Amino acid sequence: MIGLSHYLIVSALIFSIGLMGVLRRRNLLMLFFATEVMLNAVNIAFAAISHYYNDLTGQMFAFFIIAIAASEVAVGLGLLIVLYKKYGTLDLDDLASMKG
Amino acid sequence: MENLVYIALFAPFVSSMFAALFGMSPRQTFVGIIASSLLFISFAASATLAFHVYSTGTAVHVTMMEWISAGDLTIPFGFLVDQVSVTMMTVVTLVSTVVHIYSIGYMDHDKSFNRFFSYLSAFVFSMMILVMSDNFAGLFIGWEGVGVCSWLLIGFWYHKADVTREENPSISPSWAANEAFIVNRIADLGMLVGIFIIYWNVGSLQYDVVFADLPNLSSSVLNAAALALFIGAMGKSAQFPLHTWLTDAMEGPTPVSALIHAATMVTAGVFLVIRANPIFSMTPEVSFFIAALGTFVAFFAASMALVNRDLKRIIAFSTLSQLGYMFAAAGLGAYWIALFHLAAHAFFKALLFLGAGNVMHAMDDELDIFKMGGLKKAMRWTWGYMGLASLALAGIFPFAGFFSKDAIIETAFNEGTYVLWAVLVLTAGMTAFYSFRQVFLTFHGDERYKEAGIHPHEMYKFVLIGMAPLAILAVIAGFFMGGFQTFVTKLLPDYVMSDHTHHLVLWLTLIVSAFAVGGIFLAYRKYYKGLKRDMELENSFIYKLLANQYYIPNFYEAFITKPYAMLSEMMWKDVDMKIVDATVDGIAKFLYKSGDSSRKMQTGNLSNYLNWMAVGAVLLLVIAAISAMLG
Repeated sequence: MIGLSHYLIVSALIFSIGLMGVLRRRNLLMLFFATEVMLNAVNIAFAAISHYYNDLTGQMFAFFIIAIAASEVAVGLGLLIVLYKKYGTLDLDDLASMKG
Repeated sequence: MENLVYIALFAPFVSSMFAALFGMSPRQTFVGIIASSLLFISFAASATLAFHVYSTGTAVHVTMMEWISAGDLTIPFGFLVDQVSVTMMTVVTLVSTVVHIYSIGYMDHDKSFNRFFSYLSAFVFSMMILVMSDNFAGLFIGWEGVGVCSWLLIGFWYHKADVTREENPSISPSWAANEAFIVNRIADLGMLVGIFIIYWNVGSLQYDVVFADLPNLSSSVLNAAALALFIGAMGKSAQFPLHTWLTDAMEGPTPVSALIHAATMVTAGVFLVIRANPIFSMTPEVSFFIAALGTFVAFFAASMALVNRDLKRIIAFSTLSQLGYMFAAAGLGAYWIALFHLAAHAFFKALLFLGAGNVMHAMDDELDIFKMGGLKKAMRWTWGYMGLASLALAGIFPFAGFFSKDAIIETAFNEGTYVLWAVLVLTAGMTAFYSFRQVFLTFHGDERYKEAGIHPHEMYKFVLIGMAPLAILAVIAGFFMGGFQTFVTKLLPDYVMSDHTHHLVLWLTLIVSAFAVGGIFLAYRKYYKGLKRDMELENSFIYKLLANQYYIPNFYEAFITKPYAMLSEMMWKDVDMKIVDATVDGIAKFLYKSGDSSRKMQTGNLSNYLNWMAVGAVLLLVIAAISAMLG
């Protein structure tokens, strides 16, 4: 039987994968993917816990996150395109212009 | 009547504010004229009030508004016009009016003419608050206001540079102003402590409440309050050992000296003792101390005046001496006599100073009487005024000083304090000697000013006429003594001589007069014909001691000013710089360094920032976990 903890473990694993991506990747596009992965990991956890408690609020929240993630991607990708057109690269090591 | 009180009080204030409007602009005669008129209005209101109080025998008490109201403490802006304060108001405004008119002539060539009138009127306003307030807090406000205005006026010619003490004993106007202010600050602390003691024990600062509650207080509290208040009075009235500022205050323009000495400042201390007489009458030890100190100062100041060569300083020492007389009378319980001497003294002392101002004006600001002589020819009016004032000061019948000073000396005899009596009689002789030494050296004898190529000239006519009221009062004020006594003793405790003294009064008067006439005669013998300097005498130890004011200024400088400056420097360099400043600097340096090193985090690389963010998130998680486990 697949219980809550299985879902949460899967969610934690996916979240960690996303986090590793955020930490290790240098390409902005990949960073975006990694954050999406993290968001979806959280969605899984929300849906699972919601089902566990028989409370729909968590699932509603997951929908909200999907909607926001979609719009965020739309805006973010637009910015990435502009950035690429301007600098010809999406590598963060080459984009470091605000050095303290 | 209420309106008159406000007019008397606020006319000088309006005058000050009006003159201040033109403070930065060049000399405008109308400023002086309007200021003088407003002062005259104040005088007229005061005189009307005096007549009202005299005829009805009741005091006018007004409360303008609540001033401080906090918890149990309520201090209103209340003004009390009774027999004592109305006497002071009339004297103050009369002398001030004359001084204002005089200043129009005297400050004629000064570029800060308008500013001068602004300060002068503010001075009078402060003094009016001081005398009219119906509580100790208002008195203190006036007290401090007088201090500030004296600082402004003594240092009026602040641009003059400091010189050595040998060249000018008061160093410079700004130095003298600071000295006056600081010495008064020391005394004001005593005054403040006295006010606190009263409030602590009575719970009010209103005169009537405080005085009604006095019988319930223990004698130690009363003694402490009386002593602390008297320390305040010692500062303002320049009693030993806080007297040095008074002669140095001569650095101010001469009308200021007249105002300080006759009306607006030094009399404040005597006024305080008279005003708080219920406290002082219940503390005989403190009162006797006041009398003894007053007598000592009378003699001490007169001795310094004997040899001084500076015209204004001689008059300043005579003020000091006369203040000593007033304190002697007040300390012996003869408050009304002290107040009478205060009023009489105000008239002739103001006249003396204004006369000295005329001489200064004529002599191109030369003050050394050894360089004058024979000025009578050029300055008849001034000679007359100064002569009259000196006769009054010396206590010659029938001038004002005769009656008031004689009454004080009789009081000392009546109280059985024969030592004080003897010293006061001797001082009366010395007073006569130095006053006439100054008159003869200035106005008679050989014309020594010619060597310096000075062409003396008489003061403007309107100034001389303006001085006339003072001259008249210096002559006739004494005849109002009886009326004055019945007037003020409605409020002040009466003081009458015992029968024993009464029998001897003629003899006592004769003795005092003999000393006074003897002093004048001695001065006549020595100085009338001209100045013959006796170098042997001038080089003697006593002469030098007196001429250097008993070396007290030097003593203060060596044992108080310099060690204090050294201590301050040590505090600055060792304590402030090395501990306080170093701590503050250390904190700043630490923050600066830590910022410098953590700046390296800011690489501009988004990836690094994300890593830091993750570190932060993990850190927060760890903290949350730990606190969850502990909680």
